[in-house]
Amino acid sequence: MMDATHMRTAPGAADKKATKMFVEGATKYYQTRTGSVHALDNVSLEVRDGEFLCILGPSGCGKSTLLWSMGGLHDLSGGEIRLGHEKISKPHPEIAMIFQDANLLPWRNLAANIALPFELKRKKVDQERVDTLLRRVNLKGFETKFPRELSGGMQQRASIVRSLSVNPSLLLMDEPFGALDAFTRDEMNLLIQEIWMETGKTIVFVTHSISEAIFLADRVVVMSARPGRIASIFDIDIPRPRPVDIQTRPDFIERVLHIKASIDHGRSPNEGLAIT
Amino acid sequence: MDKALGNKIPEFNKKKSEGGGVGLSGTSLGLGDHRTKFETLIIILVAVVIIGGAEFLLKWFGVPQYVLPTPSQIVTALFTEWKFIWPHLLTTLYELLVGFAIGASIGFVLAAVITQFPFVEKIVTPYILLLVTTPMLALVPLLILKLGFGSEPRIIAVALASGPMVMINSATGFRRVDLAKIALARSFGASTFQIFTKIRIPMAMPMIIVGLMVGSIFGLLTTVGAEMVGGAEGLGNRLTYYSALIRMPQFFAVILILAIIGISIYVLFFWIGKKWASWEA
Ligand SMILES: Nc1ncnc2c1ncn2[C@@H]1O[C@H](COP(=O)(O)OP(=O)(O)OP(=O)(O)O)[C@@H](O)[C@H]1O
Ligand SMILES: [Mg+2]
Repeated sequence: MMDATHMRTAPGAADKKATKMFVEGATKYYQTRTGSVHALDNVSLEVRDGEFLCILGPSGCGKSTLLWSMGGLHDLSGGEIRLGHEKISKPHPEIAMIFQDANLLPWRNLAANIALPFELKRKKVDQERVDTLLRRVNLKGFETKFPRELSGGMQQRASIVRSLSVNPSLLLMDEPFGALDAFTRDEMNLLIQEIWMETGKTIVFVTHSISEAIFLADRVVVMSARPGRIASIFDIDIPRPRPVDIQTRPDFIERVLHIKASIDHGRSPNEGLAIT
Repeated sequence: MDKALGNKIPEFNKKKSEGGGVGLSGTSLGLGDHRTKFETLIIILVAVVIIGGAEFLLKWFGVPQYVLPTPSQIVTALFTEWKFIWPHLLTTLYELLVGFAIGASIGFVLAAVITQFPFVEKIVTPYILLLVTTPMLALVPLLILKLGFGSEPRIIAVALASGPMVMINSATGFRRVDLAKIALARSFGASTFQIFTKIRIPMAMPMIIVGLMVGSIFGLLTTVGAEMVGGAEGLGNRLTYYSALIRMPQFFAVILILAIIGISIYVLFFWIGKKWASWEA
């Protein structure tokens, strides 16, 4: 079954929310053959309980590095990340990751792909929950299909089911819809907004599309490149549920331009972000 | 170890890194899924024409049996001589299976372990290549000298011939690491061992199967060759025996059996590949 189905009020109320995760002074250097790459520089960030947080930034600014570190998949060179009071140094059962291009295992059919997290945790598949989720994302009946037989959108929906099936409280999504076409992407954005509203999960969502970030987020965190720092944070107080066509409204476009201007202000000439 | 992997750049779009080896679904080796009834008919027809034509021409020109027996003489010899041949067939299969099982297991485990340690791999690979390229048959006289005329020297030769083949192909498979898939498993709390069984092995499976196929064919060649070198048992020994006596129909009957073994090995691994590695097609 889905978790508590509480509807959200206008996001301004989010300010009073408790802290879900705290990133404190996160610094990361990658050692490479040609020297060390400074990927994150003293990044501090609070993720509030139940919020939809988008991380926005140009390619290579360290978004994935930050997100993978939050998921316990990277070691930091300095600083620390806490989930509640727990220090994150390895993957945590409360946290699930969703990757770009769905990342399904091509040798497993849909049902077996969704069973993977249960297998790894040596648990029985919670079939009732899985079926509910499959029905929710319109994938019921496709269980025996292999990933190559599914469209990109279906694959990504399957990977969402896979992540939600073990009922994490924090979802970390790394440009999950970046490889999808514009229509499918809109659909997926609507779906993820609905799922978030229905389940009360905390979501951290990495993207390099300004409008996707504004459409989804309670707060948009803008990162600057090399080394990755937090440049600014924007509150997005648009009421929910937000329809797709909101993106053509003047006040929405105004927000896009506002964030774009703030990025342009501090960027080097050949970096850029898509307005679309 | 896996932490280090996770720390590399996640390459999401690099679907497969290609390695050497023989493709299962390649046009040259595949049995082909799309063979129509018509094509099958033609293939059978060609066989009939070749066999019938050989029968007819050999009889027409009166070619003596000790030069080239006719297909019907070969088949007749297979049946009449069967009771003398089949113990040798069992010996050959035994040596092949035991030698291959030993060689393949060692090759597989070595591949799995060695690919985890790039430094060790760099050191070991030249020696494995040496084993692959040196015909192990050359060792058989020496092995016989040490171990006598029993099955042991041949089993060792078979293991030495098939093992490196399995190893080198499996290693190619194990070397294709998909960091995103490993990260996925780790994010669900997978242990190193689980990553190995649930991600690395399935991912390497297509190449492992190719290695097993090529390795077992190499094993067959080596078994027969080793039996020809010395001893009094096995199909290889029968080849030398019958040719020394100029009993050509029996000689060709043994060759027919060897061809059937070879084809069966190929078909077996083809179907295994279809079942366990078809996701890659
Ligand atoms: N394993 C690694 N070794 C060396 N450098 C790395 C590694 N991983 C990432 N980097 C570098 O660190 C910086 C940040 O990378 P990261 O992948 O976090 O950026 P990103 O914001 O997610 O980019 P994108 O939008 O392209 O996904 C980049 O300059 C990248 O080249
Ligand atoms: Mg990234």
